[in-house]
Amino acid sequence: MKPSLIAVITAFAVSACGQFTDTSGGGGGSSTFPSRNLEIMAPAAAGGGWDLTARSMQSALKDEKIVDKSIEVSNVVGAGGATGLAQLLSKGQGDPHQWMVTGLVMIGAAERAKNNTDLTKTTPIATLTAEAEAIVVRADSKYQNIKQLVDDFKANPAAIKWGGGSAGGSDHLVVAVLAKAAGADVKKIQYVGYSGGGEAKAGILSGDVTAGVSGVSEFKANIQAGQMRLLAVTSPAGKEGAPSLKESGYDAELMNWRCVVAGPGLSEADRTAVVNTVDKMHNSAKWKEALAKQGWEDFYKKDSEAKDFIAAETKRIKDLVKELGLS
Amino acid sequence: MIDLLNGFATVLQPINLVFAALGVTIGTLVGVLPGIGPALTIALLLPITFNFDDPTGAFIMFAGIYYGAMYGGSTTSILLNTPGESASVATAIEGHLMARRGRARAALATSAIGSFVAGLISTVLLAFVAKPIGDLAVKFQAADYFALAVLAMVSVTALLGASLVRGLISLVLGLFLGLVGLDQVTGQTRFTFGAPVLTEGIGITIVIVGLFAIGEVLYVASRVRTGHDTIEPLEKARLRTGYMSREDWSRSWRPWLRGAAIGFPFGALPAGGAEVPTFLSYTFEKRRAERAGRDDFGRGAIEGVAGPEAANNASFSGVLVPLLTLGLPTSATAAVMLAAFQIFNLQPGPQLFQTSSELVWALIASLFVGNVLLLVLNLPLIQIWVKVLLVPRPLLYGGILVLATLGVYSLSGNVLQVFIAYGVGVLGYFMRRHDFPIAPVILGVILGPMMETQLRRALVISDGNFGAIVSRPLTLVILALAVLSLLLPYAPGVLGRLRGRRTEAKKLVFSDED
Repeated sequence: MKPSLIAVITAFAVSACGQFTDTSGGGGGSSTFPSRNLEIMAPAAAGGGWDLTARSMQSALKDEKIVDKSIEVSNVVGAGGATGLAQLLSKGQGDPHQWMVTGLVMIGAAERAKNNTDLTKTTPIATLTAEAEAIVVRADSKYQNIKQLVDDFKANPAAIKWGGGSAGGSDHLVVAVLAKAAGADVKKIQYVGYSGGGEAKAGILSGDVTAGVSGVSEFKANIQAGQMRLLAVTSPAGKEGAPSLKESGYDAELMNWRCVVAGPGLSEADRTAVVNTVDKMHNSAKWKEALAKQGWEDFYKKDSEAKDFIAAETKRIKDLVKELGLS
Repeated sequence: MIDLLNGFATVLQPINLVFAALGVTIGTLVGVLPGIGPALTIALLLPITFNFDDPTGAFIMFAGIYYGAMYGGSTTSILLNTPGESASVATAIEGHLMARRGRARAALATSAIGSFVAGLISTVLLAFVAKPIGDLAVKFQAADYFALAVLAMVSVTALLGASLVRGLISLVLGLFLGLVGLDQVTGQTRFTFGAPVLTEGIGITIVIVGLFAIGEVLYVASRVRTGHDTIEPLEKARLRTGYMSREDWSRSWRPWLRGAAIGFPFGALPAGGAEVPTFLSYTFEKRRAERAGRDDFGRGAIEGVAGPEAANNASFSGVLVPLLTLGLPTSATAAVMLAAFQIFNLQPGPQLFQTSSELVWALIASLFVGNVLLLVLNLPLIQIWVKVLLVPRPLLYGGILVLATLGVYSLSGNVLQVFIAYGVGVLGYFMRRHDFPIAPVILGVILGPMMETQLRRALVISDGNFGAIVSRPLTLVILALAVLSLLLPYAPGVLGRLRGRRTEAKKLVFSDED
C-alpha cells in the first residue's frame, strides 16, 4: 500500500467518523494517553508474582488518581509467559494502553518457546521490583558456609544435587551463574526441578537434594524455624544474616526482577507519557505501601535505563540458557 | 482446645458466617460447571480478597468455596456423568449408574452426608495431629513417591473395568496424554509439534471435560433418537429415613469411615491431593463387595459413591496439614491458598501456628462451620437438583456443551484449548461407543507424570543408579505392598494347586471381615 493511499483512507475515515481520535500517536506529535481504558496483562495465573505486581500497580494508579480512566488486569496463561508476550507483540503494536508485567523468568521462557520473540522487542517502561534468591541447606547438613559447598561442587560437580523451581527458571540460573563464577562445568550441574517453591521445600527437607535455591521469602519461615540454614544470597549485598555470593568471593549476581513493558512501536510522545505515569505511580505512597506489604525490594530504572538493563539481562540469560543446554 | 474455641468465636461472628455461607453457595454453583473446580474458583476470586483488610474472612470464604465446589462437582458427576475435576471422576462411575436407575436422591444424599462425616473426622485430625503428620510427610523422598505411584497404579486396576485389554489401552492413552508438554526434569518439549499452546501440556481438566462432558454429550446425542437410551424414573421421594433407605444407610456408613481413613493421610503427603485416595477408595469398596459375593458394582452400588466422596472431602483437611505446618502446597487448591496467604503477607510454615495462631484456628473452625452449612444447604437442594433429570435431554445436553466450552475457555482464555477439549471429546465418544472404560485415561494422566518425574528425580539424585529405588526401607515396604496387591488376588488358586487340591480359581480380595 502506498503512503498516499493510506493518507487518503485516513482522511476519509476522519471525515466519516467526525470525532476520530488518533491513539497511535504517529510521529512526534503530542500524546493523548490515556484516552481509553488501561489494560495491564499478567502473563501468568492469578496469585503469582506477576499478577500481584499488576494488581498492586492497578490499585496504586487508581487510588492515587494518577489515571482517570478505568484499569483492567488480565491474566494470560501459557508457555511460562511466552503466550502473553506473543499476544502483546501482536495486539499491542503502537498502543500505549496495553501494558504487561514481566521479568527475568520471561527471558528463559521466550527462549524455550522458540518463536523468535524476546523482551527486547517490546517497549520497556520501567523495572519495578527485584527479589534476591537464597541458597539453603537442611539444618543438619555438613555445609556451614557457601565456600564449603562450592569447594565440594568444584571438586565433584555431580556429587552436589541442587533443587529448586522448574528447570530453566531463575533458581536453575542461579546455580549456573554460581558454577561459572566458581569455575565449575555448567554442563555437569545436577539440578532437580520441582514445580514451584513449595515442592522444592519438601525435597530439601526430605534430604532428596543437597542444597536448595529459591526466592528468599520462600524459605524465610523454614530458616527462622531452624529447619534450614541460609548459606548465601544472590543480591549484591548480604541479607537475612547471610553473605552475598559476591561477598563470599564469587562474581555471581542474579536478582529475580520484575518490570512493566508496553507493546512495540510506541511513538516518542506516547512512550514519554506512559513513563511519566509509571514514574508518578512509583513515587506514590500507595505503591510504597504495596512494596512494604509484599516485602518487595524497590528496583526502579525507567525508560532508556530500563531498556539497556533488559537488553543486557536478555543477552546474559539467553547465553546461560544455551550453556545449560535448555534451548 | 482453647485455641479451637477461640477459632469458633471468630468464625461464628455474623459477618464471617455470611462469608462462609457465601463461599459454600458460590462454590456449589460454580462447582456444577464442568471444568471449573475449587482451585480455579478460588483463583478467580483472589483479586476480590485483595481489598479485604482482614484475611480471616477471606480464608473462611475459601474453605466454604472448596467444600461447595467439591459438592457441586459430585452433583453433576452423579446426575449427568460429567465430573468437573479429577477428584469426582471416581464418584461418577457408580454415581451416574445409580442416577440412571432412579436412585439419584440416594446417591446425592450419601455423597453429601459422607462428605460431612469425613469432613468432620478429618478436621478433628487436622486440629490435633497436624504437627506429627506434617513431620512425617517430609520423610518421603523422590524414590518413595515413585513407589507410592507404583502402588497406586497397581492397586487401582479395578478401574480398568471388565476387559483387561480395553482397560490397558485406555490407561496407555492416558499415559501418552500425560507426556505432552515440557519435560519437568530437563525443560525439553515433548509432542508439542512446535506449538507454544502445547508446552503447558494437556491439562487434566481439559482431558476430563473433553472425555466426560463433551464425550457424553456426543454419545447421548447419537442415541437419544434411537431409543437405546433409557433412564428409569426417579424412585419415591421421601422415605422415613431421609433420602436413603435403611439399607442405604447401613451400606454407606462403613465406606464413609474407610474413605475418611484413606483420604486424610494421602492428602497430607506432598504429591497427594484428592485423586489417588478417591480411586483407591473406589477400588477398595469394589473388592470388598466382590468378596462379599455382591455383584452390583457396575450397576450402581452405593458404596462406590459413599467411599470416594468421603475420601475426597477428607483429603482436603489432609492437604491443609503440610500447607499450614510446612508451607507446602500439595494440590492445585492448596497452591492457590498459598498465594492467598502471601497476598496477606502471611508465610505458611512451621511458625504459622505461633505467629498467626488466631487465623489458623479460625480457618480450622471455619472448616467445621463450612461442613455444617454445606449439609444444611444441600440436603434440601437435592429435591431441586434431581429435577435436572427431568429436563428434556436435547436441551440439557446442549446446555452442558455450552457450559463445558465456557469452562474450558475460562480456564485458559485460549480458543485452541477448546479445540483440544473437543478433540478429546470425539475420542471419548468413540471410547464409549466401543466400550472402552474412561476412568483409566484419567488415572494415566494423573499417575503417569508423577511416576515418571519422581523416578527421574530419584535417578538424578542417585547418579543414575536404579538401586536407589530399593535402598531405603520405606521405599522397599511400599514396593512390596505393590507387589502383594498385584499377586494377592491369585494366591488362593496358586496355594490350592500347590497343595494338590482342585480349587475353583477364585480370587481372594482383602481377607478381613469388617
